Amino acid sequence: MSTTSYETVIGLEVHVELHTKTKIFCGCSTEFGAPANTHTCPVCLGHPGVLPVLNRQAVEYAVKAAMALNCRIADISHFDRKNYFYPDSPKAYQISQAARPIGEHGWIDIEVGGKTKRIGITRLHLEEDAGKLTHTSGFGSLVDFNRVGTPLVEIVSEPEISSPEEARAYLEKMRSIMQYCEVSDVKMEEGSLRCDANISIRPRGQAEFGIRAELKNMNSFRGVQRGLEYEEVRQAEILDEGGTVIQETRRWDEGKGQTFSMRGKEEAHDYRYFPDPDLVPVEIGADWQERIRAGIPELPDARRARYASDYELPAYDAQVITSSKPLADLFEESLNHIQDARSDAKSVSNWIMGDLLGYLNTNGLELNAVPLTGQGLGELVGLIGKGTVSSKIAKTVFKEMLESGKRPQQIVEEQGLVQISDEGAIKAIVVEVVAANPQSVEDYRAGKDKAIGFLVGQVMKQSKGKANPGLVNKLLVELLKG
Amino acid sequence: MTLFDLGLREIHNRLHAGELSVTELVKDSLQKIGERDEKVKAFLTVDEEGALASAARLDDKLAGGGERGLLFGLPAGVKDNIVTEGLRTTCASQFLRNFDPVYDATVVKKLRAADSVTVGKLNMDEFAMGGSNENSSFYPVRNPWNTDRVPGGSSGGSAAAVAAGEVYFSLGSDTGGSIRQPASYCGVVGLKPTYGLVSRFGLVAFASSLDQIGPVTRTVEDSAYVLQAIAGHDDRDSTSANVDVPDYVSSLTGDIKGLRIAVPAEYMGEGVDPQVKESVMAAVRQLESLGATWEEVSLPHTEYALAAYYLLSSSEASSNLARFDGVRYGVRADNPDNLLDLYLKSRSEGFGDEVKRRIMLGTYALSSGYYDAYYLKAQKVRTLIKRDFDNVFEKFDVIVGPTAPTTAFAIGSQTDDPLTMYLNDILTIPVSLAGVPAISIPCGFADGMPVGLQIIGKPFDEQTVLRVSHAFEQSTDHHKRRPQL
Repeated sequence: MSTTSYETVIGLEVHVELHTKTKIFCGCSTEFGAPANTHTCPVCLGHPGVLPVLNRQAVEYAVKAAMALNCRIADISHFDRKNYFYPDSPKAYQISQAARPIGEHGWIDIEVGGKTKRIGITRLHLEEDAGKLTHTSGFGSLVDFNRVGTPLVEIVSEPEISSPEEARAYLEKMRSIMQYCEVSDVKMEEGSLRCDANISIRPRGQAEFGIRAELKNMNSFRGVQRGLEYEEVRQAEILDEGGTVIQETRRWDEGKGQTFSMRGKEEAHDYRYFPDPDLVPVEIGADWQERIRAGIPELPDARRARYASDYELPAYDAQVITSSKPLADLFEESLNHIQDARSDAKSVSNWIMGDLLGYLNTNGLELNAVPLTGQGLGELVGLIGKGTVSSKIAKTVFKEMLESGKRPQQIVEEQGLVQISDEGAIKAIVVEVVAANPQSVEDYRAGKDKAIGFLVGQVMKQSKGKANPGLVNKLLVELLKG
Repeated sequence: MTLFDLGLREIHNRLHAGELSVTELVKDSLQKIGERDEKVKAFLTVDEEGALASAARLDDKLAGGGERGLLFGLPAGVKDNIVTEGLRTTCASQFLRNFDPVYDATVVKKLRAADSVTVGKLNMDEFAMGGSNENSSFYPVRNPWNTDRVPGGSSGGSAAAVAAGEVYFSLGSDTGGSIRQPASYCGVVGLKPTYGLVSRFGLVAFASSLDQIGPVTRTVEDSAYVLQAIAGHDDRDSTSANVDVPDYVSSLTGDIKGLRIAVPAEYMGEGVDPQVKESVMAAVRQLESLGATWEEVSLPHTEYALAAYYLLSSSEASSNLARFDGVRYGVRADNPDNLLDLYLKSRSEGFGDEVKRRIMLGTYALSSGYYDAYYLKAQKVRTLIKRDFDNVFEKFDVIVGPTAPTTAFAIGSQTDDPLTMYLNDILTIPVSLAGVPAISIPCGFADGMPVGLQIIGKPFDEQTVLRVSHAFEQSTDHHKRRPQL
């Protein structure tokens, strides 16, 4: 295999469910996880005679998303019908947008290997989601129409992604931008963020694109990357053997770690798009656009830059924290409860990236599943700074905060974890420890500086970790030298 | 003679005076249906139980002195492509022979709010595709004036039931002439309102950009009353216009002095029966005698209307009718081999020939590689046709001509040739493409069959259309003749 002689060209089609309260063309709820077919009505079930009425909130979210992706917004947008027969589509057409999408000509920046790369966005359009099919053994196929009519935006990238790693970075950036805009839950596991990919390879230096495969059914960020990596190798092997890649749609099988052919080019649908005569064009006037633009919060790239300049946060920390809006919000809220945000920012970042993310990963939790507040974290860092608790004790306190949601001060008081900074009390222990460890004392005096570490450890142990380590050190040195 | 011959005002006077009950009116309607519909075949479903229950409720209201709606107590028939909750709605298609809707169309709710009584559902060409009612998949409607003739279509049941005195009024739907042409053939008043004036919510879509619901009545005044009851903006129909509904009845002043009438040369040309031309010209002279002036004009793109209409309406229909797939409602084919087979069998068995013909035509016109040449070109033609009307309406108040080139033809005489059949709508189709309002009113007879006069108005100017129609009607006796059944 010789993948090095090829370069990869990837374009992604991302679907993001907009979290409006009601569906795009009727008043049914969009809530996830309700009993099958309970969030339906004649309109979303496509009964004879029904008509769609556009949910303006869905348009607003779509415009907001398009603006956050730097798209040019259409002054007048309209809906088209995409015709195809399938049991998940009750009207046998999907109301979508072909000719005049909400947004076009956008871009986002991704960071891979320490470099920033700009990926073009061809278009963002608004459409309705389909129902959900479940194929059973014995009961045939079942369809749940709760999801039908949930507003979706489809975001199509330019074929400017050059590796599976970049594809993953693009998708992660997409997720964080949507999350910042608060237009979607963007959860891949719940299907509110979905991704299909077009991938082809070509000999390095060749101008024309190779023949592409469309890849479906990648249900996680990792799946996207793995599926594309598999496909990259598969196509290279075909070309190495002198073969030709077939234009087709392929399905990623996560369990087997392989892609399989679903249908060829000749089976591709002719969707017969035409303007939906049941809907009138949507005017997105300058006033409305301005109002929507004003509602777009600071986006991840801007925040990252600000964290670096305002708090001198290392690039890596800023990247990790801003990739998730809840994390970034927690970070900023913590700093609001700290006296010197600039000097303690790195410390807050360490708590978030170390103990917090470690805890969430270990327990498979999302941030919103733990009762931690920015105020709590800020106060904890404050207690450490003041010397009220030692860094070591603080770890215990932090874990308790994650579990109980209590304020650090309260935990420290309830459990008697306050650091001992009373010189008299510490000196008593120091004297005791020095008396009990003559060998170490002798070693220290003989020039083995390391011996003091052992003695400090003994003092800390006797104080159950509560003695102020700095004071212990100072008093020990005084005693031994004096 | 039926109680309906009394007219709306007299019926309401007698109801108010306690000399007549709604139950008597409804029973009269049911009795006439029983006697006459064996021959006319206008009804697909008669809801005797529901109608009598509504009548009893309205009689209670009458006795209690409650406020009465505009169409109080009047028995009505509703075209079977307008959905009625719990009352079978078939679109005259085998596909929906078992279909009971779960909601009421907006117009059905409005009729109920106006206190009229729906006695049943009216026969039509399957999914409103056709101009003779021979495309009903149940049985063809017959023309009350001569039961060997067609009633026109697709709202043939709506026109025939009113002409036969089976109901006081009916609702039809018009896509390319489906209210006006049968009204013309059956000698009644059929109004196609401006596109967007009446809600389409609950009208089973044929061609969404053209479909409009409208009244079929015996008199112009009744047409005004029914339009009053059903017109107006509906939040559930995005294409419904946000316009104020004027008082149509009070616009029937009888005064048309100074009215400027345009008579398009294209509507009086080759293919239009000489007797029809003669009746129409007599009507124009009658309007002149009432103080109007008229001039011949040109609607130059008329000849392209038919082709554009069949491309656009069939394209939309191919998509609108895709939901009939045998999966969720309607008839499902037995023992399909797989999903595709389920679709193929259900649709092959469920749809009739004309519906299949239009679905195929529309699918073709929208297909990749043909879209620009057919669908898009037809849209451009539609724009030109609209402009023709705009130009004429800069100088004229109404456009007058025949509704159809001929009177009702014999059943079976055109079924082998769809193109000849399509030509029957050649004078109504341009109006539908332009979206403007038009009415067909009786203006004479040719060999014993009614001739219809088409009066076309500016967008949302139903008032003028009705005023002119009313003035003409009141100065003639055509509307007083009744078929012998």
